[in-house]
Formats: sequence, structure tokens, C-alpha cells
Amino acid sequence: MAKRIEAHDVSSYYGSFKAIDSISMTVEPKSITALIGPSGCGKSTFLRSINRMHEVLPGARIEGRLTIDDQNIYDPDVDVTAVRRMIGMVFQRPNPFPTMSIYENVIAGLKLNGVRKKTVLDEAAEKTLRSANLWDEVKDRLDRPGAGLSGGQQQRLCIARTIAVEPQVVLMDEPCSALDPISTLAIEDLMFQLKDRFTIIIVTHNMQQAARVSDRTGFFSIDKTGDPGRLIEYDDTQKIFSNPKQKKTEDYITGRFG
Amino acid sequence: MSVLERETDGVIMTPQNIRTRRLPLVVNVIVAVVAIGLAAAVVFGFGIGNWVLVAVLGLVFYLVGLLIVAGRVEGGRAARDRMWKALIYTACILAVLPLASVVWTLVSKGTQRLDANFFSSSMNNIGARDPNGGAYHAIVGTVEQVGIATLLAVPLGVLGAIYLVEYGRGRFALTVRFFVDVMTGIPSIVAGLFILAFWVLIVSPWFNNGQPRYSGFAAALALTVLMLPTIVRSTEEMLRLVPGPLREGSYALGVPQWKTIVKIVLPTALPGIVTGIMLAVARAAGETAPVLLVAGGAAAINFDPFAGNQSSLSLFVFQQAGDASKYAPARAWTAAMTLVALVLILTIAAKLLARRNALTR
Repeated sequence: MAKRIEAHDVSSYYGSFKAIDSISMTVEPKSITALIGPSGCGKSTFLRSINRMHEVLPGARIEGRLTIDDQNIYDPDVDVTAVRRMIGMVFQRPNPFPTMSIYENVIAGLKLNGVRKKTVLDEAAEKTLRSANLWDEVKDRLDRPGAGLSGGQQQRLCIARTIAVEPQVVLMDEPCSALDPISTLAIEDLMFQLKDRFTIIIVTHNMQQAARVSDRTGFFSIDKTGDPGRLIEYDDTQKIFSNPKQKKTEDYITGRFG
Repeated sequence: MSVLERETDGVIMTPQNIRTRRLPLVVNVIVAVVAIGLAAAVVFGFGIGNWVLVAVLGLVFYLVGLLIVAGRVEGGRAARDRMWKALIYTACILAVLPLASVVWTLVSKGTQRLDANFFSSSMNNIGARDPNGGAYHAIVGTVEQVGIATLLAVPLGVLGAIYLVEYGRGRFALTVRFFVDVMTGIPSIVAGLFILAFWVLIVSPWFNNGQPRYSGFAAALALTVLMLPTIVRSTEEMLRLVPGPLREGSYALGVPQWKTIVKIVLPTALPGIVTGIMLAVARAAGETAPVLLVAGGAAAINFDPFAGNQSSLSLFVFQQAGDASKYAPARAWTAAMTLVALVLILTIAAKLLARRNALTR
């Protein structure tokens, strides 16, 4: 199921602006990798490059190789929808589809990709809502609008929607930054459970969260505004937070900058 | 004295004193009565006008009086708030008044000929001395012309808007948007002339043994030209309001772009798109000039929109209102009321349909 991701000298641009510079890293299957670093250092851009979401924005482009189990996803003959089906994404703000009910939201990915059978859809809806720890809270109101749930529930609904299409990799772009500590805890618990089945990469500003949930941590930084972001250090989470090799990493995780 | 203490004596608000005295709403009424009385005294006392001037002057006195009275008791900010509120409510009432007046006039004058005969007969063989005669032919004409125009303009307009929002990049999209803006400003008579020159005189002879001919379809084409920019612009605005993260959420599930547009973006924007379409339909249904120019108008019933003259409700109103017969004005009023009712029913139906799709419970 879960796959290995390798980035070789990946640089991303917005028009002529270089947002990240030559990122190379390997993410092992069935692990949680956290990307930390100050705002504007390119963590999200790198994350969005992994499932080719970066190129949705006008003028955005990529250089370098990004392979999923040795297939370069930026090869010209690669179908972008297949890549995104394989690599799901959870966004910073919960974005349930407003015209759909909770049930329809969960199975949206399956239905829009051509699954018609009611029994299959029903089964998938219950299964994924259960694995998103949301089933007990919503089973009596599956036909209600997804936008009517609380923020934390909406985010878990979006996670359920993402894992319903059974991707190999789940990318999370600051999934808890709009949530309270209890909802955050619920999502972190969920991540631990999902780790058995998916490769997870999470961008977060919350260093405790990175330390709590991740196996490996990558620290991104920029020298000054306008410079491209670089991967400063990438190592086991334990090492990054106890004994980082780079001075910059140490300064950042201890709260001293510059 | 802090820098914020600039209210009048007695109602000073300071960090220590955050309360002011408040006037009850009845003061507004008292001030209004006094203002009207004062205005009446001034106007009739000097003999300079009638009740219209009393109302206008009364309003001015009311607003000024409110500002003074409330300013004395509540302080400047609260008084300005009170005055602007009163002004806004007044503007609201003034804006609704003409509509109410139109509806009232239509209903009071239109019911005269609101009978079965009006809706089942045409003006064929109706002379100046005949009291009956009806608008059946005109209703048929309006429904067919607006119906065809809607069928043509809605797909074109919505697809055009989708192009502009979802795909259009660079010079071509800018050009399209510019010409849509230009089209918005085309007067209906010009659209009619265009169809007259292009369709009636050049294209229609091909289908009619070399003879140009009027038709309801030509009118529908002219109406399409008028509806198109309204639909494109309103749909474009509505599609732009659909948040980007919603599209990205769909892309992230591996859903192709076209399916994202059809299943996620369009349903989200649907209520607004329907509103825009109904505005365009209402405008098209009220157009007289193009129908007169390219459908010619007719007194008899013609079900075939592709051959022969046709009338429409707005054209019928125009002709009956200018007719010398003493029975004509009543027919014009009833036809006008029918037109308004038709558009109203269509709008309500469309809104209900659009809402049933969305999850509003």
C-alpha cells in the first residue's frame, strides 16, 4: 500500500520567483514525516509539489525529479489525476463540499471517480468514517450538510474523504492550525492509526506536534525574505529535537532566531 | 482630558464613564410629527407648494431635528447614528415605493380584461369597435421567443463564463471579457438591427426561396444577443466566488478538472447563476424593439417561430397603448400585468428549483 517518496533536486517556482531550491529527501513508507520551519520557507510549496497541486496555480512550475516507488510523477506521460488519487491531501482549512451532505462528502472521491454501486459506497462511507473516528458522532445525521459540523469534525470529515479513495500517501498542510487542542488531539490520534496504512507527510508550525507525531522531521528555512527556501536538516525526529547538527535548526527549535 | 473626550457636556464618555443617556424610539415619532407640522406650516403659510413639498421638507426637518434633539441628550455619535439610520430606512422605503406603485397600478387597471377571452383569443379581425380580443398570440410569441433565446443563451453564456474563470488565460480571455463588456452596453434596437441585417435579410432567404422573411426565431436571436452578456458576466462573478480550496479539495481526490467544474463548482454557484439567468430572461421578455424589427408583429396566432410574423406581450402592450380604440388601453394593461406575472412565476419557479438541489434545511 504505502509507498516511498524520493525528491531529487526539486525546485519550485511561482512565475519567476523561486520558492524552494534543490530539495532532496527520502520519505520511507508507513512513516510520519513532519516538515517544520518559519512562514514563507517553502514547506507548503514542497508539500504541494508532491501531489502536483503546485501547478494548479497560474505560472507555477517545477524542476527536478520526484519519484514514488521509482516512478517520476513529473514525467510527461504521467496522468496527473492518477498521481493525485495515489497521493491524497488534507488542507489547512477544512473544505467540505458545501452542496453535499456528510455521506456525499465522504464518498465524493469514489463517486466522482466513477464508483456507482450503492453497497460499495455505503460500506466505504462507514469504514472510512470509522477510521477517521467520526462515525459515532455523525452516524445519525449522514444526510445533513457537511458544512454544519464543527471545525474539528469538518477536518476529520476531510481526512475521511481523502482516505476513502485509498491513496498510498497522505499529505497534510497544517491540518490542525485552525483547530482547538481537543480536536488537534483527535487528529493526532487518527494520524497514529493511519500510519499503519499510509505514508504521511505533515506540515506544521507546532513543534510539539512535530515532536509528538513524527518519525522523521525536516527543517526548512530561508536566509532572508525573497530567497528560496532550503532544506536545512532532515533526520530522525528524536535527533532533530534533542541533538540537531545544524546551528540554525537548534536556534529555531529552541525559539532563538537569526 | 483624554483625547477621546470630545462629546458635549453631560454625555462625556471617558474610560471611566462608558454610559450615555438613551432616547426611547417614541422620540423619533414625536420629532417626525413636529417636522411634518412645521413643514406644512411653512409650505402652506407661504403658499409655495403642495403636499409633495411638505413631505420632502418634512423629511429634511425630521433628519435635522433628530440630529439636534438626539445630539443634546445622547451625544454626537449616537445622534449621527440615529440620523443615518433614519435616512437609510427612508431610502429603503423610497426605493420600494415605485415598485409598489407599479404593482398597484397594474393590478387595479389590469383586472378589467382579466377574463378567459383575453387568454384564449388573438387580435385577428378585431376592429376598433370590438370590445373583446385578446393576447393569446402575444403570449405564444413571448413564450416561444424567450424560450428559444434562453435555450440558446444559457448554454453559450454559462460555458463562456466557465471558459473565462476556469481556463481563460492571457490575451484571448482578456479580449473575450472586453467584448462581453461592450455587448452589455448594446441598445436593444441595435441588436434588432443587427439581426435584421444579418439574419432576416441575408440568412433567412436561403430557407425561403430567396425571399427574406420575419420570424419569431429572428426575434429570439436578437434577444439572445441581449441576454448573453448578462448571463456571462453574472455567471462569471458567481464562479469566481467559489473558493479555490474547494476546487483543490476536489483535485486532491484525483477528480479531473471538468468533473470538478460540473460536480463541485457549478452546484456551489448554482443559486447565483440562476438569479443571473432570470435577470436576463426578465430583460429579454420586456424587449419590444427587436421583436418589432425582426418578427414584425402580428394580430393572428402563429405557433411556428421559424416562419411568419409573430407578436409578443411587450409589443402587444406597445401597440394597444397607442391604439385609438377605446377598448385598447384595458387590453394593454392586462397584457402588461400578464407579462409581469409570467416573469414573476418563472423567477420563483427557477429559484425553488435551484434551492432544492442545494442542502438548505
